[in-house]
Amino acid sequence: MRFGVIVFPGSNCDHDAWFAVNHNVGQQAEFIWHDSPSLGNVDAVILPGGFAYGDYLRCGAIAKFSPVMTAVRKFAADGGLVLGICNGFQILVEAGLLPGALIRNRNLKFICREVRLRTETLDSPFTAAAEPGEILRLPIAHGEGCYVADERTLDDLAAEDRIAFRYLENPNGSMRDIAGILNARRNVLGLMPHPERATEPLMGSSDGLVVFRSMVTAAAALQV
Amino acid sequence: MSTVAITSDLITQHQLTESEYAKIVAILGREPNYTELGIFSVMWSEHCSYKSSRLHLKKLPTHGKLVVQGPGENAGIIDAGGGYVIAFKIESHNHPSFIEPFQGAATGVGGILRDIFTMGARPIAVLDSLRFGPLDDPQSGARNRRILGGVVAGIAHYGNCFGVPTVGGECIFEACYNGNPLVNVFALGVAKKEDIFLARAAGLGNPVIYVGAKTGRDGIHGASMASAEFTEESKQKRPNVQVGDPFLEKLLLEACLEAMQTGAIVGIQDMGAAGLTCSTCEMGSRGGTGIEIELDRVPQRETGMTPYEIMLSESQERMLLVAEKGREDEVFAVFRKWGLDAVTIGSVTGDGLLRVREHGRIVAEIPNRELADEAPLYDRPHVAPPRAPAAPSSWPAVPPADALLALLGSGDICAKRYIWEQYDYMVRTNTVAGPGADAAIVRIKENGTSVAMSLDGNGRYTYLSPREGAKLAVAESCRNLSTVGAQPVAATNCLNFGNPERPEIMGQLVEAIEGMAEACQFFETPITGGNVSLYNETLGEGIWPTPVIGVVGLMRTAAAVTRHFKVAGRPIVLLGGLGTCDAEHFGGTQYAKVIAGDLWGLPPALDMDYEKRVQAAMREIVAAGLAESAHDVSDGGLAVAAAECAMGGVGAALHLESDLSAELLLFHEGPSRILISTAAPDAVTEIAARHGVAAPRIGITMHEALAIGNRGEMLLTVPIESLKAAYEGSLAEKLRS
Repeated sequence: MRFGVIVFPGSNCDHDAWFAVNHNVGQQAEFIWHDSPSLGNVDAVILPGGFAYGDYLRCGAIAKFSPVMTAVRKFAADGGLVLGICNGFQILVEAGLLPGALIRNRNLKFICREVRLRTETLDSPFTAAAEPGEILRLPIAHGEGCYVADERTLDDLAAEDRIAFRYLENPNGSMRDIAGILNARRNVLGLMPHPERATEPLMGSSDGLVVFRSMVTAAAALQV
Repeated sequence: MSTVAITSDLITQHQLTESEYAKIVAILGREPNYTELGIFSVMWSEHCSYKSSRLHLKKLPTHGKLVVQGPGENAGIIDAGGGYVIAFKIESHNHPSFIEPFQGAATGVGGILRDIFTMGARPIAVLDSLRFGPLDDPQSGARNRRILGGVVAGIAHYGNCFGVPTVGGECIFEACYNGNPLVNVFALGVAKKEDIFLARAAGLGNPVIYVGAKTGRDGIHGASMASAEFTEESKQKRPNVQVGDPFLEKLLLEACLEAMQTGAIVGIQDMGAAGLTCSTCEMGSRGGTGIEIELDRVPQRETGMTPYEIMLSESQERMLLVAEKGREDEVFAVFRKWGLDAVTIGSVTGDGLLRVREHGRIVAEIPNRELADEAPLYDRPHVAPPRAPAAPSSWPAVPPADALLALLGSGDICAKRYIWEQYDYMVRTNTVAGPGADAAIVRIKENGTSVAMSLDGNGRYTYLSPREGAKLAVAESCRNLSTVGAQPVAATNCLNFGNPERPEIMGQLVEAIEGMAEACQFFETPITGGNVSLYNETLGEGIWPTPVIGVVGLMRTAAAVTRHFKVAGRPIVLLGGLGTCDAEHFGGTQYAKVIAGDLWGLPPALDMDYEKRVQAAMREIVAAGLAESAHDVSDGGLAVAAAECAMGGVGAALHLESDLSAELLLFHEGPSRILISTAAPDAVTEIAARHGVAAPRIGITMHEALAIGNRGEMLLTVPIESLKAAYEGSLAEKLRS
């Protein structure tokens, strides 16, 4: 399976996603430069963590205008798998591919720590390989990870089973403990925690592998 | 501006002495103009020229079998095996961080990162050594809290965005840092051995290219500011502090590393202190060449800047490089891709001169070598540093359990989670051991080797004895590395002192350097670079002498040995033994500070030969996989070390056999001791014996509590929850007050 990792100039988890896919998931990963109008021949796209264009403005507010995002929108519309991690989640929200917004953490500080997540749905190409309610230990590292949305959106997300992960100990004030959500078609996932940083024992956890393994299975099914 | 008259007032304002000015006139064979005066003043400032310390820095060992690049370049380089090298250095940003904590600290991180990637190495780790005034100081507490908050946020802002993990450091509080906090930042990067770049201008006619941020009026005379004491007027120097842009620095990193791969770059240097001045003349001096530049071509952020301002600006995120003539376009293409300015501003010449033109007219013309390397050198008078008073006959008695809890909650010892959770310590997924470990460990994915790092300095020890304190710092840093199984191989130092024009301060500096030299020689950790920060004084009040050492070690990549006890029922061995102490050598301890509120006598006694054997034994124990947990005994002594091992939820019962009083036994800070829990105590003891090192079995791990007794008498029993409560919440609480 071929993963495309989008590289914005200020992406800094691009190498981590690339390394996780190539070395710990056993699939191919390649970089896609931010001004590329096409994604090439990839089976899934990862929008990695970082500070896409510095993020001195709202996180992801500029990234949504980059040429590559046009290609990402089309890819998503065609049913392709899109995984937005941390800054990637912020960009997906800004780009309107996912609902809601990510604002500054409740304590107004950057937070880097391992958190526990509960897998809330197995009905997605990103979580199908998990056990029902599986608890994952993944790191977070963000200053603006507090998920907010209006009540109706939150109700819809819950009703449509689109909340992929919830924090067990909410670190950042996210509404309804939301750590990751799916789009309506369930082929786009955004989450603040970093699954790519938890893909081998030396990283302290291998729990992130389940996300990538789910994607590999889903992509194989799509190709059949 | 060359019409500005050079008066003696102007010379004084530039912090140049009469004899220094005479030397300038002799070098030039004429009076300097205003621009040239500015250029000399920054290059010959203490910060850039090391004029007070150079004579003594020569005493430091700089050679070793793994040293690829010693002092004199932007960073030192060590061979890490498998065709890879590591570049590392520590630098201070003390003065700017006092004036403007957030930007001061942020640009401190930015500066040292540029020093690393200018060598061709990608930064993979940052550590910070921080010193502040006490957060609860009656007069300065509020300001100290604000400074700490700003410094930490600034480091986080810069490092997190840039994408380098901040993996460790230290944070210490003393009243002597009330008016003069210390912010020392260490960075380390990795490169292929054949990809190392040096800061040399070579090849006549080669273009000199300016890349990165535009030049503004910020930071003018920053280097000179860092070379003077603080006064009430210092607050007005806020405009001298630069503003950092970590996103731009990230672009600069990627673009520089990519441009280096083209093979078209001859030499490269960042524009740090003294900006364009320093980068041009130093590159020329190292290459034995001249450099001619035209200021009209320098990208500028503001209009109407004078040559003086352009040459002295310390705007951040700028680099100067020399490319091969005819291959400029390959370099420009890379910088264009990253959206950065890259402009040819001059060329390499053969006359050895730094020639600066504006609109074609020469505005400065100075020999590079004399400017960069012939700065005045002072053998400043020094006297033996003052001795602290002898031990008092008694000090307040406190029940041991209460003392332990007080120590765990004290500023220097308490958990620094509040600080390090603001740093992304995992980005790049190389962090094998992060903040809170005895030594930070990052792996080099490419060669199966990991790098262990530790920053150490103890102002209390060095105040009591600069020489012994410096040796203790080196010993502890090496011990921290050995505790996790790494072989110490090299070091970098940051020497924070007061005004060297005062003989007793100069005496501290000389003794500390000599002590550090002796220890680095002995532990085979040559100094490959570093930084000296003098004039750390506010209103005539100097800091304690605070040499900080950063030792770097190598090990095979493997899961880290951590400090927490893992399971109940495991034997505990104190490698190195209980050690010994008397009242005189107890005066520098945390117990003396926190419980007795005093400082006296001498630092703990160090036997370097024994220390070295303890460390060798420890590395062998780790390599054999025998240590289930390991933690060195340092600040707060044995009781605090044992409590720190218990913070993971498994405690211990220790049964000691000693003639020492309870206070000394529990809280003395004698070096050369490491607390180990192991499933194979006999094998551990056997290794220790082979190294001629004591390794008494002093107890066993257990649930619920930490209990320590001596010769059958119970000294303390504290539930783990109480230990954790004192240790974990304390810093956040102090910051809220």
